[in-house]
Amino acid sequence: MRRYIARQLVQLVVVVLGISLLAFAILHVLGDPVLLLLPQNAGKEEFARYHRLLGLDRPLYVQYWKFLSSAVVGDFGKSWYADTPAFKLVLERMPPTIYLTFSGLFVALLIALPLGTLAALRRHSWVDSLCTAVAVAGQAMPLFWLGIMLIIVFAVRLKALPASGYGTWQHFLMPAFCLGAALAPITMRLVRSGVIEVMSMEFIKTARAKGVAEPMVVVKHALRNACIPVITVLGLQFGQLLGGAVITETVFAWPGVATLTVESIRNQDFPVVQCAVILLALIIVSVNLVVDVLVGLIDPRIRAA
Amino acid sequence: MSTVSAPGKLELAELGPVRTQEHEPERATLRRLLRLRWGVGAGVVLLVIVACSALATWIAPHDPLAVDIRHRLSPPAWMDGGTRDHLLGTDPVGRDLLARMIYGGRVSLVVGVVAVLMSATIGVLLGLAAGYFGGNVDWLIMTGINVMLTFPFVLLALAVIAVLGPSLGNMIIVLGVAGWPIYARVVRAETLTIREREFVLAGRALGMSHARLVFRQILPNLVSVIVVIATLQVAQVIILESFLSFLGLGIQPPTPAWGNMLGEGRLYMLNSWWIATFPGLAIFVTTLVINLMGNALRDWLDPHSKL
Repeated sequence: MRRYIARQLVQLVVVVLGISLLAFAILHVLGDPVLLLLPQNAGKEEFARYHRLLGLDRPLYVQYWKFLSSAVVGDFGKSWYADTPAFKLVLERMPPTIYLTFSGLFVALLIALPLGTLAALRRHSWVDSLCTAVAVAGQAMPLFWLGIMLIIVFAVRLKALPASGYGTWQHFLMPAFCLGAALAPITMRLVRSGVIEVMSMEFIKTARAKGVAEPMVVVKHALRNACIPVITVLGLQFGQLLGGAVITETVFAWPGVATLTVESIRNQDFPVVQCAVILLALIIVSVNLVVDVLVGLIDPRIRAA
Repeated sequence: MSTVSAPGKLELAELGPVRTQEHEPERATLRRLLRLRWGVGAGVVLLVIVACSALATWIAPHDPLAVDIRHRLSPPAWMDGGTRDHLLGTDPVGRDLLARMIYGGRVSLVVGVVAVLMSATIGVLLGLAAGYFGGNVDWLIMTGINVMLTFPFVLLALAVIAVLGPSLGNMIIVLGVAGWPIYARVVRAETLTIREREFVLAGRALGMSHARLVFRQILPNLVSVIVVIATLQVAQVIILESFLSFLGLGIQPPTPAWGNMLGEGRLYMLNSWWIATFPGLAIFVTTLVINLMGNALRDWLDPHSKL
């Protein structure tokens, strides 16, 4: 187990380094920060002076090292727009994003677990067809459009829910459903195939032969075992889930990291963009690690592979 | 409903003691056929969409940029206050929504196809290299894949667009360059198994060059897998493109694109729901039929694969 975790940790460090390199390259190789800082009519000397001031005249690997070594201690520079450290700005916006992500996950499970199980138990029935139809439609649905449609129906027409913002539990309903609907199709398919596979196993027969009631067989014996692939894939999908949160946040004006990132992009506030991107990536990678370890703990067969 | 493969499978099933298994193969072929039907239907719808945007100049009822001041924010024709002149209504400056949607399809389809061609090329080349050469090359490419797959595609696209500035070309480049890991991962895995097959070993024994082995012996076996992924990816790219345009980071107004029309419609959704609804519906239907077609294509090309 220890070796397994160590191997995953090495993998994590490599991926984080890669992401930091990517974030650095996007700003420093593709673009020139000075070009964005100075007015367009600034002279050549002015450009050279700023380059020296920001250390941009030094070789790229020196710049990258400087960027990396300060990023490790949480120093991503000051926001060019708000005159506060970028790190603080991003950290403040983190909780709403995390709440949204987890409530989206919750909704997805709420939809996918019963429907997927039912589809697996009644294969080729109308429930199964319905699930397939919902899954196919759900995968083609542009998340931001779904959000707007929800707002038009529930906020504008029915006036039942707040259209945007953050605060009460009512504010959570639409964004969480929106994000959950995006994740539900793939989760549902996994639950379905997982339950189908488990139901043909020997221990299910044993449980039935013992006289365990059928609902118990399904919930305690089948569903539990079907959960392993679901957890693995959901962990791997966490990045996509956060990506979905980015889209959901912008539609519902949710005050999270994603809205901050989009605002900062509009203001060309790169320290904030860089910081947000790296912190989100860090969260994704850590979640992946935790899921890997958890799955390894639950199912020893995976550790060996 | 019997196809060529069904009788053989039935015979095998009859040997076994489990009666319920008997109908399984026929059921499966039935489902397969149904999915193919769906796929053909979806293909027809997609053809109509493609034809509409290709022939937009002749089909569109109005010029997509023509302003009709008398009919600003007029609702669809079947509602009170709608005019027959503008079937799906107009936007805040009185431009015809239907015409803009027909033209808007061009952007989405072109971006989708070009970006997918780019990322498929990059991804297939890297995947072949990783699978064929192995070792350090494989490690480097796999790390790249892990980095890219960890990272939300949306965030990456946002960050790059922020630096490069929004435009059609930049968006195609971003979507094209960022999409390669999916192809690379699948192609690498397939290459790993094909590399050990007899015909490749035979080719190597005959003294074929690496390039010939990779492109003439291995690559042709991967075409169907690549085509299926690419088809499904077109839908994903279209959704992403419209999201970027929706945020104002993609196609710039006044050029009509489904994404920026939706973004514009969001500002007016309190009173004029149709501006946001119809372009979104167009995106939804297009991605839906592409997905259906991709699924059917997968069944048709390789019924046993579990992609």
